[in-house]
Order: sequence, then structure tokens, then C-alpha cells
Amino acid sequence: MSGYFIESAYLLAASLFIFSLHWMSDPKTARRSVIAGSIGMLVAVLATWARPEVTRHLWIIVPVAMAIGPGIWLALVPLTAVPQRTALSHAFGGLAAGLVGTAKFIFWFDSEPEMLTPFRTGAIVAEVILGYLTCTGSLIAAAKLQEVKWIPQRPWTYRGQKFVNLGALAAALLLGVLLVLNPTASWAPWAFAGIVFLSLNFGWMLVMPIGGADMPTVIAILNAYAGLAAVAMGFVLDNRLLITAGALDGSSGLILSIIMCRAMNRSFFNVLFGAFGQVQQTGAAGEQKQYRSESAENAAQILEQANLVVIVPGYGMAVAQAQHKVRELYDQLRRRGVTVKFAVHPVAGRMPGHMNVLLAEAEIPYSDLIEMEEINPEMPQCDVCLVIGANDVVNPAARSDPKSPIYGMPIIDADKARTVFAIKRSRNPGFAGIDNELYFSDRTWMLFGDAKAVVGEVARALGDGGRAGH
Amino acid sequence: MLSLLIAEAAAPDDPVRRHMDIAAMAFVFVLATFIGVGVIRRVSRLLHTPLMSLTNAISAIAVVGAIIIAGDDHYPTYVRVLGAIALFASMTNIVSGFLITQRMLKMFKTQRESAR
Repeated sequence: MSGYFIESAYLLAASLFIFSLHWMSDPKTARRSVIAGSIGMLVAVLATWARPEVTRHLWIIVPVAMAIGPGIWLALVPLTAVPQRTALSHAFGGLAAGLVGTAKFIFWFDSEPEMLTPFRTGAIVAEVILGYLTCTGSLIAAAKLQEVKWIPQRPWTYRGQKFVNLGALAAALLLGVLLVLNPTASWAPWAFAGIVFLSLNFGWMLVMPIGGADMPTVIAILNAYAGLAAVAMGFVLDNRLLITAGALDGSSGLILSIIMCRAMNRSFFNVLFGAFGQVQQTGAAGEQKQYRSESAENAAQILEQANLVVIVPGYGMAVAQAQHKVRELYDQLRRRGVTVKFAVHPVAGRMPGHMNVLLAEAEIPYSDLIEMEEINPEMPQCDVCLVIGANDVVNPAARSDPKSPIYGMPIIDADKARTVFAIKRSRNPGFAGIDNELYFSDRTWMLFGDAKAVVGEVARALGDGGRAGH
Repeated sequence: MLSLLIAEAAAPDDPVRRHMDIAAMAFVFVLATFIGVGVIRRVSRLLHTPLMSLTNAISAIAVVGAIIIAGDDHYPTYVRVLGAIALFASMTNIVSGFLITQRMLKMFKTQRESAR
């Protein structure tokens, strides 16, 4: 009878997970999501713990107790560090899947070789390859996002890299096929160890050549892999809850990767193997272009006169932690009857939705966070467009220059605004190393400096002007 | 119906049943993927970051596999150590995933809520 009890508990957990994701469709209902999801997880854990064969309770209590501290610590990181945290949790998820697969293979090979049917062995191979490559790949992604010193930020490439990477994957798959055909051969543990070794290495080699601007897509792809690893584990353990939850996670990663790829007009293959990020030598090699810069006080005066101001946030806003100063500016402008909207590009920042969370943290109402497709028709009516630490997502070369590496990528039409102010840390090209035509337009004035400091100055200038006027 | 199910469960090594199991698992996988795609497509773009941390927590359902291995006496100790490490890793994801999702979702406010 307890078998039916456990299966019903799993069905309940799976339904709660689906509701949890369903409620994420609207910020109003989203707070229920966490409640539904965590109850589902609690039910699943308790039901599994109640299985008759689970008798060593200390072996469960100790790891669970040890996990609470790091879990809480990882939940309290500053919101600018959320991309790294997400990558790190994919690494943990991949590791867990890889270890469970390894444990199952060792046990079955030693004690119950008849359990190693071709189907189960194939599922174990899939679980182990996906799990371990997600683990090391996500660790490198997390290290790059955290800007750890010994990991280069710029893509790391060498000749023949694609062939080495694909060769490692092909070798792992070949060993996998051999193992499926002879799961109980005397050399099987060696083949298994080879698969583990190759997939651990394939993971980090895959992510090393990928630059920071592509991280939103990479994180989404690794999310899909982590989900698929859980699905494979479900096939190994004959567990439908694992298959369901893994498939939900996998489809989430898949959809996010598709959205990210479309937002950059690139294919999966191109993101994973197309390492772009070397500084572009094309175009204005000879001519010396001049920036026109402006002071914060004058920018404040022009902003004050506007009816509609569109703010385009980018990674620079996150790095400078400028979101709270942006909120001050938003308040100052609204107090003067200026309409302020935020134009959020899908790949702005380092993970899907990164900018929205930072602006929400600064208590900017989400109804003023507008998607790219909705804001673009309004851009010609926009009096002032303020670009804060964004670069490629407002680069008009994506529309006009077929030679540009970002040609074809949908962008926010900042160049159609009557006046553009762009806040930029330095005079160097942006992360992808591509020159931005927008900065040299005769409508554009540059505000050089740290985003937080510059936005703060503009907001203060508005505040002083306001008091003088009254 | 119930007795039929029990009779089936009593003969787990029946090859016909094994094939049924594989087919049933494939069914579950395909249907769950369709549900996942349908539900996730409707998720607000505003919430893509919390969506990722939520699915992180949900995919830590690997905890089920980890508990089975870490807590079952049939497995030798060195195998159970692997299970215990996996349990630690997925439990960390569960705790941090749900907590940070909750923390982020609380920040999304409407015009009225954010007017102080």
C-alpha cells in the first residue's frame, strides 16, 4: 500500500510544480509560485524519506542540515550577483545528477549486473554526460560572471578549438555507445571513468571561449542541460516525478535560450562555437571620431524640459549598482510631470530578466518596465533617451551595417529619439568590442563616468533646480 | 482494477512490463515537456530571472534520487557517500532557490504599492 501512497505524493508534487510555474505568468500571482513549489518539494522529500528501504536516517539528516547554511547564504547575495548564483546552482544540480548516476552504475555493476539493461545504461550515460558537463561548464560561467582573476573575461580561443571540443564530446558519446552494447564487460568501469573524465573536461572547454555578453544564452542553455540531466535520472531510477520536474526545467531552459538567441539574431551553434569578442578592426580605422560630452547640470536642464524620457539600462548599471540612483532620477522627473519609461532589451545584463529585477529592487513599478518590441514604435516621440551602461543593444549598426558582427540583432531604437544622453564608464569600445555609431551621432551627448555617480549628479542637479524654482 | 495493478506489480521482471514502463516514462516525458513549454511561454518577461531561480529549485528534485541512495542500507558505504554529496548539493539548491525567488518576487511592485 505504501507504494500507492508514495506515487500519489509524487503526483501531488508534480501538480504543484506545474501550478507554481503557471502562476509566474503575472507578477500579481507570482508570490504564490514559491509557496506551491516549496510545498511540492516538501511533499516529494518526505514521501521519498518515508520509503521503506530508506533506513539510514542520519545519512539524510546530516547532509540536509549541512546544506541549510550555504543555501541561505546563497539566497542573500546582492541582486547584482544573481547571475553568478544562478550559474553556481546549475553547477550543483549537474553535480548531483552526475553523482547519482555514478553511484547507480557502480552499485549495479558490482552487485546487480542484470539491472544494467541497454536502456538503463543508456540513460545513465546521458545523465552522467549532461550532469558533469553542466557542472564544470557552470562553474566556469560563474567564475567569469564573478570576474575571478584567473579566468579571462574575453573569450579564450585557439586554433582548432572547435575540433578539440567536439572531439571530446564525440569520444564520450562513442564510449557511451560501447558501454550500452557491453554494460557488464570487464572493461566497462574504465569506459565509464573515461566518460566522466571527458564530460567534466568538455564542460569547461565549452564555456571558456564564450564572452560575457553571451552569458544570458549560456546560462539558459546550461539550465536546459541541468533539467535534461534530471530527466535522464528519472529514466534510470524509474521515477516519474523526476522526469516531470526535469522536463519542466528543461523546457524552461530551452524557451529562455530561444528567446535569448532570437534577441541576438544568432543560432545555438553560433553562440556555443562562434566566440566573438575580438575587437573589430573594420570600419572607422582611419578617421578619428570625436565624442561630444556634456555636463550633468546641462543634461538635467534638458531632461527637465522633456515630456517623455526613455531610460535604456544595461550591464553598466548593474556593475555600478546604480539602480537606486536611477530611482531618485525617476522620482525627480516624475515630480516635474515628465513621463519616464524603461526600455528593457531581452539580453541586457548577464542573464534573462536581469535588468527587471534590479529596477524592481529600486522599487520602480513594473508597469514602467517596457519590452523592446513595445517601446520601439514610441521612440520617435521620445524627447530624451538616457542610455545607462548599455552598448550593443542600442547600436544602430545592427540595422545598417551588414559587416558588423551584430548585424540583424533587434535593438532598441535609441537613435530615433530627439536627444540621446549616453552614460559610459570609459572611452573604450563595449564588451563585444564593437564601435557604436550612436555615440558619434549629432543628437548624442556623452556623460563619461561611473553610472552611479553620473546619475546621482543629474538627480541632484534636478533637485537643486527644483528648489530654486519654487 | 486495483487487483490487476497489484498483480502486475508482483511480477516486476516480466519483460512485457519493462517495455510498458519505458513507454510510460517516455509518455510522461513528452507530455511534461509540452506542459512545460505551454506554461513557460506565458511567463512574464519581467520575471525571467526569478523563473530561472524557481526552476533551479524545482530541478533540485534530484534530491529524490540522492535520498534513495544515501539512505538505503543495500548500498555499500562508498556509494552512499556519493549519494550524500548529491543530497547536500541538491538541498542547497532547494533552500537557496526558493528563498531567493521569494526575495526577488517581493520586489515587483505596482504603481500604487511603490508610491511611498
